[in-house]
Amino acid sequence: MTRFNAWNVFKNGFTGQKNWDRQWRDPEPKKEYDIIIIGGGLHGLATAYYLAKNHNKKNIAVLEKGWIGGGNAGRNTTIVRSNYMLPGNHEFYEHSLKLWENLSHDLNYNVMFSQRAHVSLYHSPGAKDGAARRYNIMRLHGTDAELWDLDTLKKNIPHLNYNDARFPIMGAAVQRRAGNARHDSAVWGYARAADSLGVDILQNCEVTGVKRSQNNIESLETSRGTLKAKKVGFAVAGHTSVLWQMAGLGNLPIESHKLQAFVTEAVKPLLDHVVVYGVGGAHFYISQSDKGSMVFGGDLDWYKSYAQRGNLPMVQDTAEAAMAIMPCLGRIRLLRHWAGVMDMSMDGSFFICKTPLSNLYLNAGWNYGGFKASPASGWYFADLIANEQPHKHVQNHNLERFEKGINIDERGAGPDPKLHG
Amino acid sequence: MNGVLVPIQNCTVDMIRIKCPYCGERDHSEFTYGGDASIKYPALDAPESEWTKAIFFRENIRGMQKETWHHTNGCRLWLEVERSTITHEIKSVKACHPQIEKITKNKS
Ligand SMILES: Cc1cc2nc3c(=O)[nH]c(=O)nc-3n(C[C@H](O)[C@H](O)[C@H](O)COP(=O)(O)OP(=O)(O)OC[C@H]3O[C@@H](n4cnc5c(N)ncnc54)[C@H](O)[C@@H]3O)c2cc1C
Ligand SMILES: [Zn+2]
Repeated sequence: MTRFNAWNVFKNGFTGQKNWDRQWRDPEPKKEYDIIIIGGGLHGLATAYYLAKNHNKKNIAVLEKGWIGGGNAGRNTTIVRSNYMLPGNHEFYEHSLKLWENLSHDLNYNVMFSQRAHVSLYHSPGAKDGAARRYNIMRLHGTDAELWDLDTLKKNIPHLNYNDARFPIMGAAVQRRAGNARHDSAVWGYARAADSLGVDILQNCEVTGVKRSQNNIESLETSRGTLKAKKVGFAVAGHTSVLWQMAGLGNLPIESHKLQAFVTEAVKPLLDHVVVYGVGGAHFYISQSDKGSMVFGGDLDWYKSYAQRGNLPMVQDTAEAAMAIMPCLGRIRLLRHWAGVMDMSMDGSFFICKTPLSNLYLNAGWNYGGFKASPASGWYFADLIANEQPHKHVQNHNLERFEKGINIDERGAGPDPKLHG
Repeated sequence: MNGVLVPIQNCTVDMIRIKCPYCGERDHSEFTYGGDASIKYPALDAPESEWTKAIFFRENIRGMQKETWHHTNGCRLWLEVERSTITHEIKSVKACHPQIEKITKNKS
């Protein structure tokens, strides 16, 4: 693989940039692997990369039923932040943010990570107190966090509705190191880096059956033949329950819901930050892409679904939220909207854990927030698979936490997956 | 899948229409989604593991599932709906409470 650097770009300039190698191979599946990761989204690809890089593992494959990044990895609104407060979560997301900060160098691929600040508006004194509590907890753990009063906010982001908003804007909780990255680049960067360490990325390879003994997975039936593996990791986001049941393992604390994203026509630079309008939760979030499009999203479609298409009431809802805080968007045209199938968990937190089967490992439950989590998710999942025990930051992110009463519920919304976000 | 998008048939993704047995067919935006209707709560003194299963664990069916919807902006009945989680097609709708079922039947 040719490295991306100034010299190689210059050299390839003489041949019209046409002589670059393939970014990753397209290998035929081997009959047997040491480790198979199912799911070629960011979590699966990052896991394979860190297995090879951090743990020196060889003979790894990532199985993807369609094309890599065709799932939620390529459908999200690309917000990266670490404003979590519960033990386990804040260490995990802070580690993830640190990995993002160096990811382009690490992967030798520009993931266009832009630390433009995540600005979460508040609209009442109570909400301000809540934000102050959360952001103080973050500071105590060494994560950057600050509160902006109205004047600071107006100076930084002049185009919000400061005049007659239904919920008057009073200020904002801000994490400056947060921001956006380019989702496809992250997918391709991880794929390319994993491939160069010998990982086989097998696309159009759908797992259709799991053959198991009492407490082991023996082989996987796939659309490209039967594959054997010593260890298997599930990283299939919204389809976790489907695979879990293929393996005969019953129910999970997960429901699949769909979430939409929206992209408008490109306009001149308008918004330099990620802005979140959250009366009562993650209601509306917006940023501007490098191409100039406004990229935004709202709530779930509210009912369980595996359809990757969004409904119209939510389009209206999201448009209303947009108009409430940025009326200047009133005449902008929406170009595209789509939905992804989200693995919403019962407490809004993820699972990186062992399973009832001795050679099966689970990575799931990412809710709205799995894009930012991708580097750390791959990091700790690889660690679990290689070392057979969870790192202390993810030791409670398992399936037993509910029975033990140690739910990790950032929002305090209770056991209803659609309420977490 | 082989990288080709399969066309979604019979798809009512944009707006689901629910036939409320009391009010007639309405947009789903009049309703509030409840959740999985197949859950049965165990006896009050059942072991904790059974309560954990009922409260936290879901089948999360990819296909036809029974679920509850509340006709919030209508008659305010809780309904049990059989709906596909792939195409959103609805197979049946009835009131959750069996007594209500009787009343609505008598009416029509
Ligand atoms: C609209 C939207 C907006 C979002 N916004 C944000 C955001 O701003 N910030 C943030 O942090 N997160 C966000 N998320 C969440 C984030 O995108 C997901 O949590 C994350 O991408 C999930 O992990 P993944 O990338 O591994 O999943 P995916 O990309 O979905 O990967 C799973 C893969 O498994 C494959 N698969 C499924 N079944 C099989 C099978 N049987 N055999 C083989 N392969 C299979 C799928 O094809 C898929 O490619 C958003 C999600 C959506 C949908
Ligand atoms: Zn009704």
